[in-house]
Amino acid sequence: MAIPPDPAAARRSVIHDIGYRKYDGPRLGEAYTWRTLYELGARHCFGLGRAARYKVLPMMLLAIMLLPALIIVGVQVMVDIDEQVLPYSRYAVIMQLVISVFVAVQAPALISRDLRYRVITLYLARPLRVDTYVYARVAALATGLLVLTGLPLLLLYAGSLLSGLSPGSETTDLLTGLLGVLILSLMLACVGAVVSAMTTRRGFAIAAIITALVMSYTVGATVQGIADEQGETDVAGYAGLLSPFTLVDGIQVALLDAEASTPEGPPGVAGGLVFLAVALAVVVGSMVLLLWRYRKVAGR
Amino acid sequence: MSLIATRGLTKSFPQVTALDALTIDVGAGVTGLVGANGAGKSTLIKILLGLLPSTSGSASVLDLDVDRQGTQIRARVGYMPEHDCLPPDVSATELIVHLARISGLPPDAARERSADVLRHVGLAEERYRPIGGYSTGMRQRVKLAQALVHDPELVFLDEPTNGLDPLGRDEMLTLIRRIGTEFGIAVLVTSHLLGELERTSDSIIVIDAGRLLRASETAEFTQTTGLLTVEVQDLDGGNSRDRLGRALAEKGLRVMPSGGLLQVEIVDESTYDVVRDLVADLGLGLVRLQQARHRIEDIFTVDYAAEGVPHGDPT
Repeated sequence: MAIPPDPAAARRSVIHDIGYRKYDGPRLGEAYTWRTLYELGARHCFGLGRAARYKVLPMMLLAIMLLPALIIVGVQVMVDIDEQVLPYSRYAVIMQLVISVFVAVQAPALISRDLRYRVITLYLARPLRVDTYVYARVAALATGLLVLTGLPLLLLYAGSLLSGLSPGSETTDLLTGLLGVLILSLMLACVGAVVSAMTTRRGFAIAAIITALVMSYTVGATVQGIADEQGETDVAGYAGLLSPFTLVDGIQVALLDAEASTPEGPPGVAGGLVFLAVALAVVVGSMVLLLWRYRKVAGR
Repeated sequence: MSLIATRGLTKSFPQVTALDALTIDVGAGVTGLVGANGAGKSTLIKILLGLLPSTSGSASVLDLDVDRQGTQIRARVGYMPEHDCLPPDVSATELIVHLARISGLPPDAARERSADVLRHVGLAEERYRPIGGYSTGMRQRVKLAQALVHDPELVFLDEPTNGLDPLGRDEMLTLIRRIGTEFGIAVLVTSHLLGELERTSDSIIVIDAGRLLRASETAEFTQTTGLLTVEVQDLDGGNSRDRLGRALAEKGLRVMPSGGLLQVEIVDESTYDVVRDLVADLGLGLVRLQQARHRIEDIFTVDYAAEGVPHGDPT
């Protein structure tokens, strides 16, 4: 049975312009602001929550990163191999070009964009301190990189367990690899952020980052090759410091007993500690530079 | 109670002194901050937001100290920058919701307030499109919306009419008036055009080269700056401007030369007749007779009454 419309009610329901409404709800603190900025940044690294065209490149790079791991797992499961084909700790060094492209594309998108369009002014006019903004942006970029470099390792790990490799040693190796990509992600995020913050031109930042990462590895590998030929093993070892990829590799080799990707790792534990100190210096130094740069921007 | 108070506020940059011992008080309602480009308006706002440290002196906003409590100030204040500051690749809605959250509003409240505020500034369906395709007028509205989204107690609007056409300018000024009255948010709005702010503001502060030139209620201001611009031409090639100037001064009017023009203070309706008659008597050609569009320069031009000895500030 249909309910007859109540003419009185129909007359009563009119749209009012309610005018300006005050807000007296909660205003959350800096921890919430930090999380908002961080989460959005990390999602934007892969174009999540954005239009499809922002997803294409990062998702493609992620797919390329995962492809070798996928193939290895497939072979492993089918052809019963009783040893890890590719050590976890070496994956990032082998795939470094893909990782470099990711940094070169996403660091400027996350860092230069706000400076280029001066959106930073709108952020800093809010109860958000400059330092919080910088930490949230770098952390977001590092998280994006960690997903990119860590996901293939987890895939390899799953494959190894499926093909019946010893869970004990595999877990240790995986943790070594994950620690390595964590340090690598932090370093690359810092370096990428510094370059992006110094230039507001996106294209320029992309070129600068790619060049810096590829060149540093090429120079490092060349020096290492020549020194190794000449029997200068110490020089060859320390040449690994020149590129973030070989730097992390050195830390894993000297301190975590991983398999080397370079002809010569750092000389002994002492060398490993030097490598670790340099990695730390890169991160801290980059943060100091970034904070200095943004504090100057804030006053403009 | 004053919402903004500065005492001997000074800001020196290596090349220039932007603010020179500035002491002002700003109360509720709409306050116009007028000054030529480079007078120190934007520097003052940056200091009041706690983003730029002052060289000496002190300033407080909502009874909070700008040097030590900048974060608390920025939680309760909104800021619309002078320059373009919008990312082209997101929609107005996305941007405003995000910035509302950065101001500390929980996600639901941020969405609700954004929709409200975008409606108030007059952005309709286009708010879902990327900002890159917006006109200047729409961009100014988005900038205004982000300054209001967290319901501040006070907003700083830096040259909000910049780049707008006359219609857009009027709409923006009407909107600013509404913010000060209906919305109940105190407004400090800057402009380099005095005439633009006098019908919008309750009081006006004029600064020049970082110093306070004048602060008063708008009503007082309009009275003394009611000026008539007169341009005359002498067919015989004499100095028509000064001849008319002296003649007007003899009639007891305040007259100031301004380039090739004369600025005549309007006493009442009869001023127009006096000017017309004198021009006719002197046999000059009247090129222009126009109610002046008040600019900051009007306040410090020379005065004929002082017998050829120019001195500043006719008041």
